[in-house]
Amino acid sequence: MLSRVADSIFWMSRYIERADNVARFIDVNQKLTLGFQRTMNTQWEPLILTTGDNDLFKKLYGEKYTQENVVQFLTLDSRNPNSIISCLDAARENARCIRDNLSMAIWQALNKFYLMIHAYPRDSYTYANPQKLLDIVKDRSQLIEGAAELTLSHGEAYNISRLGRLIERADKTSRILDVKYYILLPRVQDVGGNLDIVQWAALLNSTSALQMYRRAHGRIEPKKVVSFLVLDRFFPRAMHYCLVHADIALRFLSGAPPYVFSNPAEQLLGRMKTNMDYISVDDIVNNGLHEYIDSFQCQLNELGVNIHDAFFGNTTRQSMHQSQSQYVV
Amino acid sequence: MFSDYPVPPCFDELLTREHESRFPTVSLALTNLGYQEIVDRQTVTDERLRDLGITFAVYGHQDGNEKVWPFDLLPRVVGHEEWQQIDQGLRQRIFALNLFVDDLYNEQKILNDGIIPRGMIETAATFRKECVGHRPPKGVWTHITGTDLIRHEDGQIYVLEDNLRCPSGVSYVLENREVMKRVLPEVFNGQSVAAIEDYPERLLDTLLATAPDNLESPVAVLLTPGIFNSAYFEHSFLAQQMGIELVQGPDLVVVDTYVYMKTIRGLRKVDVIYRRIDDTFLDPLAFREDSMIGVAGLMEAHRLGHVTLANAPGTGVADDKAIYAYVPEIIKYYTGEDPILQNVPTYICSDPAQRDHVLKNLENLVVKPTNEAGGYGIVLGPRATKAELDECREQIKADPRNYIAQPMLQLSTVPTMCPDGVEPRHVDLRPFVLLGGLDAADMYVLPGGLTRVALVKNSMVVNSSQGGGSKDTWVLG
Repeated sequence: MLSRVADSIFWMSRYIERADNVARFIDVNQKLTLGFQRTMNTQWEPLILTTGDNDLFKKLYGEKYTQENVVQFLTLDSRNPNSIISCLDAARENARCIRDNLSMAIWQALNKFYLMIHAYPRDSYTYANPQKLLDIVKDRSQLIEGAAELTLSHGEAYNISRLGRLIERADKTSRILDVKYYILLPRVQDVGGNLDIVQWAALLNSTSALQMYRRAHGRIEPKKVVSFLVLDRFFPRAMHYCLVHADIALRFLSGAPPYVFSNPAEQLLGRMKTNMDYISVDDIVNNGLHEYIDSFQCQLNELGVNIHDAFFGNTTRQSMHQSQSQYVV
Repeated sequence: MFSDYPVPPCFDELLTREHESRFPTVSLALTNLGYQEIVDRQTVTDERLRDLGITFAVYGHQDGNEKVWPFDLLPRVVGHEEWQQIDQGLRQRIFALNLFVDDLYNEQKILNDGIIPRGMIETAATFRKECVGHRPPKGVWTHITGTDLIRHEDGQIYVLEDNLRCPSGVSYVLENREVMKRVLPEVFNGQSVAAIEDYPERLLDTLLATAPDNLESPVAVLLTPGIFNSAYFEHSFLAQQMGIELVQGPDLVVVDTYVYMKTIRGLRKVDVIYRRIDDTFLDPLAFREDSMIGVAGLMEAHRLGHVTLANAPGTGVADDKAIYAYVPEIIKYYTGEDPILQNVPTYICSDPAQRDHVLKNLENLVVKPTNEAGGYGIVLGPRATKAELDECREQIKADPRNYIAQPMLQLSTVPTMCPDGVEPRHVDLRPFVLLGGLDAADMYVLPGGLTRVALVKNSMVVNSSQGGGSKDTWVLG
């Protein structure tokens, strides 16, 4: 496969996953604030902080972190390069460059998704009631991943796409956890209250994890939720799962056997994965969840650079201009 | 369906002046379906094309530069016998033009014999000195051609242009057919329409047949200028259909006069390049230094026979509209036969007597620059303002070699779905010819081809960039 094509598939997948996760961000925030209007109605600012585009937001909207402004900024505002609509533009543009490498089902699903989002009314009603829009984004993203699963040969293109998806998803799951940190955990003693349980449940729900969590752990306990979203090996949005399967995809591409690495990307990913294989949730919480997530995200960034060097380094194209990460705190 | 159809004074492809159908089975099938039903299906069709992203890029458009190319559901039908004649005429013409290009870059017999003035070739901007002495594998220069045909009001088919460089449009032919089968199955059923679905296979055969010698399994790629090119959809479509890589200039590299593509597992050798980039952008070392979409060293690899370029660089010289005027002589010279397909009478402005005639009759003629494609720079005398004619006159005087003039031809019409009902709209036809060698069996003519239709009433400009659409073309068996 051409290096340039691999690069485009990688970023196409990352951008689709990113759009999906922005929808989940908003979703969790919406659910966290609903029902707690009196105390929580100013809680849209942390969402912007966690996505790392605060400077741009302030430039466009001033300091007005209202729901309408924040939702607009994150969904249909083309001026924000990480809004849902911008992610879809970028995903489709990448796909258009490599259309011949995709199955018709994937292209069509993505193109329809793009057209739907572009046709969506951009008005205050949408920003006050974003649920329908968010559902479209989540459904369509799943449709594309399903199309890839069923219509693309599970060879190079598939594995690159999967690598992009999983890295982006690991990053975003960690951020969704961080939203919780910003909104709800300013002080350690707040952990465990009644309100807290409801909020953890909302968090799980927004990652489609509530049912699976219940089956695995039953009652909601903050530590178990952290354990589930960080360390679970079987839940597809858990950070550990993402790393395990990213490692499989990466090794498919390089052809390296187990227990050795053939490039710095494999080395780093192997280390990150092994760390998660053997760390316990107590280790994480005792040393600080936020610190753990922060370091995880830094390593993911470095991994992105290493993957670029190992596989797309031949390209002179835009890859390096596509954002490796949106996170600056 | 067609009872109120206003048959125009020019030639209509479906109905005679007496309002009789030339292809009764087709018009009956359409009538059985009814106008309103076809309107509904046209809506479905437009949505489908949009969802599939079958688009072309329009340069200089602000609101997103991708447009869905309008597709009209009413097919353009060509009868069996007439098609046989077109098919034979195209084979004869392309065969002769390929020999002509080969001769020009080698022995130049046709110039030495005085059939074509040497000065005409030497002043052609498309004559590539870099190609002199070259002979590509199997002697094939013009692997893929798309000849533009029109039918005048006299009922006769004429060749308007030869398009020997990178003709586009075949992807729309294939997609149009797919859409037709999907949305108008009742009309399709029961007609014997010549199949076109094997074109990608034939194209791949043609490319591989002209690979450098002695290769067991040659590797072909399609070289595109990139996503912003107006024909990008087609490049991507054809690469996908043939299962070959779609590459851009920076994906290729020349090492020790061989061409390679950069893959995630290192370099991989490339033997045949179906290039959709103009000659002058191919190689910054040989042509334009500022080309960002070319590959340094590509021309040398080509000259050494280490890679096949399709079409070969240099074929544009036979596209020059002044040289077009000589094609009947060219056919005679290389085949000894009379041309089967007619040329449009053409005045060459570099010839003083012909130029005088053109300048005096400008308001009745169509003036064309000799080296432009896509309808750019054309002045339609009968429809131009006085100021436009004056400007045109000055341009001809300043650079006569760059202009030719032809009588204004009436394009034929085909019934077309219009907002107020079925109306006649002007069309042309671009059949595609593949040449994989110099034997008759190495040639393939796609039955039918691309019918472009001017959707604006009375307009004869069919170019996609200027309000044109397309139709499926049915060659009946």
